[in-house]
Amino acid sequence: MSLAETTSAPEARARGPVPDRLRAPWEAKLKSWESLLLVVAIGIFILNSFASPYFLNAWNLSDATFNFTEKAMIAFAMALLIIAGEIDLSVASIIALASTAMGLVMEAGFGTPAIVATGLVTGLLCGAFNGVLVTRLGLPSIVVTIGTMSLFRGISYIVLGDGAFRGYPSDFAFFGQGYAFWVISVELVIFAVLAVIYGVVLHRTNFGRAVYAIGNNPTGALFSGIRVARVKMILFLLTGLMSGVAAVCLTSRLGSTRPSIASGMELEVVTMVVLGGVNILGGSGSIPGVVIAAFVMGLVTFGLGLLNVPGIVMSIFIGLLLIGVIALPRLWAKFRGRA
Amino acid sequence: MSFVKSREAILLAAIVLLLGLIATRFPAFITPHNLASVYSDTTPLMILALGQMVVILTRCIDLSVAANLALTGMVCAMINVAAPDLPVGLTILIALTMGAALGAINGLLVWKLAIPPIVVTLGTMTIFRGVIFLLSDGQWINAHEMSATFTGFPRQVVLGVTVMGWIGLAVALLMALLMARTALGRSFFAVGGNPHAAVYTGLNVGRAQFLAFVISGALAGLAGYLWIARYAVAYVDIAGGFELEVVAACVIGGISIAGGVGSVLGTVLGAMFLGIVKNALPVVDISPFWQLAISGAAILIAVTFNARSGRSKGRVILKSAEHAQ
Repeated sequence: MSLAETTSAPEARARGPVPDRLRAPWEAKLKSWESLLLVVAIGIFILNSFASPYFLNAWNLSDATFNFTEKAMIAFAMALLIIAGEIDLSVASIIALASTAMGLVMEAGFGTPAIVATGLVTGLLCGAFNGVLVTRLGLPSIVVTIGTMSLFRGISYIVLGDGAFRGYPSDFAFFGQGYAFWVISVELVIFAVLAVIYGVVLHRTNFGRAVYAIGNNPTGALFSGIRVARVKMILFLLTGLMSGVAAVCLTSRLGSTRPSIASGMELEVVTMVVLGGVNILGGSGSIPGVVIAAFVMGLVTFGLGLLNVPGIVMSIFIGLLLIGVIALPRLWAKFRGRA
Repeated sequence: MSFVKSREAILLAAIVLLLGLIATRFPAFITPHNLASVYSDTTPLMILALGQMVVILTRCIDLSVAANLALTGMVCAMINVAAPDLPVGLTILIALTMGAALGAINGLLVWKLAIPPIVVTLGTMTIFRGVIFLLSDGQWINAHEMSATFTGFPRQVVLGVTVMGWIGLAVALLMALLMARTALGRSFFAVGGNPHAAVYTGLNVGRAQFLAFVISGALAGLAGYLWIARYAVAYVDIAGGFELEVVAACVIGGISIAGGVGSVLGTVLGAMFLGIVKNALPVVDISPFWQLAISGAAILIAVTFNARSGRSKGRVILKSAEHAQ
């Protein structure tokens, strides 16, 4: 933005006349990002059911949820992290490392409880590593997590090379292949429980308020008595832990571990969070938004899959979605500002 | 600051030390002939890192460079298949133009719509890859389909170094000239160092960022042609994940991710460091699977080191406030 633009035409930048009253709560809700997303989700659902006769089938819809449950688990923690003004690009690599650690424990002859515990602890440790580098050494999280992204997956490659771990115990399949009842999968239940927990933490607790405060003004938050470094550390730990949970689910679902597991998933997680209305620069966003965004992305990829669209072409849609959801409101605001 | 104490000198010392260590296990690695081939091998990384440097200097990041490389390379290869007699000079011009156009898409979204660069380039990265698939239908273009002049040009040896290596050197010199001797080059530093001050000195921050993305894109396009011709094959996943290696080269080369700090020499040395590690692993009998972890560790060490040496020497009024940033 040039100097001339900022000083000579301030009135052009004002957002219309000052309103007589605030918008009614129901009106604000109706015009929120979340309701827009919900409309998009319903629209995609209807389009899908017209496009393919196989779409409206309870089991097919249940299969569709696997497209997003694992990513969404990470997206909840990532949403908090991004709201607090940080980011973690190493989540997919944490999955690879946690899955590799689980494979090693499995090879050593331990049972399902030990395997799951290993996955979760590995995730936590990776999160702690990121968190210490960011909060103790004051390094920018984007560079740190680009580094650990290579490091974590690199360790998996060192351990596994071009090999793979197979032969997980049959009761381990419960997490990724099991069903709680009828078509409701275990993963979907974990997803729903986590959604509620994260929703409550972010929107109903002091901790959640602190996350918003840090994202809007870290220095101000510090002077308000918020332990900024500690909150950020907890958020990195949570993101690591959620990656561990996702690693358990994904490994259980695939039944094997390769070092390339979940590659590129970090981008889809970030896309999901941004699509959910979280400001990539921090300070605003909501868990319901992320939940609906998860459904939107899951429905889009599943619907296109039913139409035999290859995965790489779907990624065009995901990329366009990511840029489009941010660009369109800004284009609209520009257009209205000029009119 | 004298050269001896500078970041570049420390990095140069690290590279010499690394070469010395490798030489103790495999002396043939440091023969001029082998070093020349390691240099040629590293040229695409160096060219991309120089483009990325400009982008990072202006407080942005370009994660779409590898996808841009692959898309431009694929288009060059397809043009070559359709018109085998097209002069190489024209192919390079097409690659530069097309790369610049793709970079301009990133730049416009960042400049005109103020979308955070990381979001824009994450998006265009996946879109570019998808477009390659649509163009090529998932097919490979192999060596026998390309013309001999197309694939042969970068590999011709002139004065002991490949043409690709000379092109890399020319790019580095041009960039050094641009950054040190032109108003545009200086404006990249100004915009990244302090955007507010830059506005008050009459610089257009968004425009500088746009031009940075165009430069990065053009260099990615150039590297696209060189890559495809050098390896004589084009497919969707070419240079997959290479963008991270490029960012790693910049970080190791001392480019501050916060913008405004960095040098062409540092970037070149950062790329060389990674290139030497990559080429040395097989000859000293370490599995190539170690490479990813090593470059990750190198990024972390480099960024920690940068942060230590780059601490502002201004007076700290409230010590704890520093940690809030």
